[in-house]
Amino acid sequence: MSDIVLKTENLTKRYGGVHALEGADFELRKGEHVAIMGDNGAGKSTFVRQITGVEQRTDGKVWFDGKEVNFAGPIEAREAGIETVFQNLALADDLDVPSNLFLGREKVLFNLGPFSILDRKYMRKATEAALVRTAVKIPNLNNTIRHMSGGQRQCVAIARTATFASKLIIMDEPTAALGVQETAQVENIIRTLKANGEPLILISHNMRQVFDLVDRIVVFRRGKIVANLRKQDTDGNDIVAYITGSKTGEAALAA
Amino acid sequence: MNAIRATCVHLDAFRKSVPVFGPMRPEEKNLAQTSHGVGGLSYDAKKRAWPAEFNVFLALIILVGAFELIGRVFLGDSFLFNTRDNVDAIFNEARLQIIILQVSIVGIIAIGVTQVIITGGIDLSSGSIVGATAMIAMSFAQVATVNGNPNPKAMFLAQGWTDLPVIVPLIVAIGCGLLAGLTNGLLIAYTRIPPFIATLGMMVTARGIAKWWSKGQPISFPTDSFAAIGKGLMPVIIFISLAILFQLILSYTKYGKHCYAIGSNEDAARMSGINVKNHKILVYAIAGILASLAAVVLCSKNLTAQAGMGVMYELDAIAMAVIGGVSLSGGRGSIIGTVIGSLIFGVIISGFTFLRLDAYYQEMVKGVIIVGAVVLDQWRQRQRAIGA
Repeated sequence: MSDIVLKTENLTKRYGGVHALEGADFELRKGEHVAIMGDNGAGKSTFVRQITGVEQRTDGKVWFDGKEVNFAGPIEAREAGIETVFQNLALADDLDVPSNLFLGREKVLFNLGPFSILDRKYMRKATEAALVRTAVKIPNLNNTIRHMSGGQRQCVAIARTATFASKLIIMDEPTAALGVQETAQVENIIRTLKANGEPLILISHNMRQVFDLVDRIVVFRRGKIVANLRKQDTDGNDIVAYITGSKTGEAALAA
Repeated sequence: MNAIRATCVHLDAFRKSVPVFGPMRPEEKNLAQTSHGVGGLSYDAKKRAWPAEFNVFLALIILVGAFELIGRVFLGDSFLFNTRDNVDAIFNEARLQIIILQVSIVGIIAIGVTQVIITGGIDLSSGSIVGATAMIAMSFAQVATVNGNPNPKAMFLAQGWTDLPVIVPLIVAIGCGLLAGLTNGLLIAYTRIPPFIATLGMMVTARGIAKWWSKGQPISFPTDSFAAIGKGLMPVIIFISLAILFQLILSYTKYGKHCYAIGSNEDAARMSGINVKNHKILVYAIAGILASLAAVVLCSKNLTAQAGMGVMYELDAIAMAVIGGVSLSGGRGSIIGTVIGSLIFGVIISGFTFLRLDAYYQEMVKGVIIVGAVVLDQWRQRQRAIGA
């Protein structure tokens, strides 16, 4: 049990009468990369929002890092060690790379409340080290995010996540808007994370990518987990059958 | 290029001192020490962002040059340089002083407005805050007797008190500005009404307060110590000191970083753990305080306070910021830019006086320059986006 990073039991979310998520039981072990798949509106993002505290769940329990947790907001979840790359990136366009990496957790030289003096040199060097570690390629750290391509932006977002994530990384469709080369770069970063033994939840629609990168695939359909399969026990057609609903059941697979 | 290379070499030593990142793996060492930039792509020094302030400064020089040229050709006089034989100076110092003196007071307001605009907001109330603060502060800065008679306006001295020390009107003024700014900030942060509406409400309300306090009469006769605040070049000194202070704060503190972060992506700032509400309240409070300081300087300089003081100052301040390259959509701009923007204002006013042209033309040209500055800025942003 001790190697389980994240566990949810009967996780449920209703928006009024809409059952967006119903009774989701989920487990993630140390160093494991799990993909969450499913059609639009199947409950993938809702599931992630409950874990990261962006929304408050209607029912169910969440354990993270051995403790039962009730995050009041995404900041609490982040402090506990869950880092999320959001679909909408969450970068400040007019700031450079180090500022974005350290946004909201700036290193300061002197603490003077809001007027604390920033330790710019430290943050710059730490950013360089973080980019090297995640193998992220950014031509110029002084450039603002506005002047970067979609792929570079995504890489900064991921580098930011990977730099500070102590225990769990969640990526919500990290390559949805990227070109072929940029997608490859992001996938390489994910492989680097795997090699570093960092657990990851990847939400993706890309079957090839999922089979390339993860150990286990969880399929959501209409707010329920309908499949939980090890990569080697399944194939693309099987997963598609679960996603579209032509195949059901077997949700409780011993992972 | 060399700087990057040097930092890469030192990276290993650095990382040993930072436990988060752990020791460097061998393949990383190769990556870091190749002759490329961070992570591997080549580092192009030419891609370094061209500071927007430089363009504004260039515009200022061109403007001064134009006035100089027109002056030489049509008037046979110099705009910038000293032409009088009996004065030993290179520049026409009186003109230089006037240029900056006449924009100093609105410039102080513009420092606060710049910060508000960088966070993606707008402050329409600063001119009215100037009016209200000037009236109220002046009441606390009255001399007890005028020509041997008791001063009827010295309402707080009716019991035969002596003049209040200058710190009292100063604290009262800052209190007024803080109150107005906090109200703006709280409204914007907690009721979520647009800053335009919240500060429009404050604009009307504060003007009302100014008129109510004045009972339709100006207040004059400040104490000597109060009058000293705005004497001579003091407004310029106060303006430039505050500009330097707030430029340093914007560049080097958490507060400054968060201003830009909130202005460029408020959701991202919130998700990154920045307390956006508190930050907005702080920004509007600072803008309010700066407006009240401008009021103190203004009524001290004019030796009188009237309810109509500061009308349209808010728009002049916004215009200075916009000309100085502060983006109304938030996230971009600097105090330096705003100061240069204010100098452009000053040069236009002085230049038209120098050319003996009607004041009406000034406003026409000012309007054209405001629109032109924004059009140019957007065009430049688009060019840059295409280039990147």
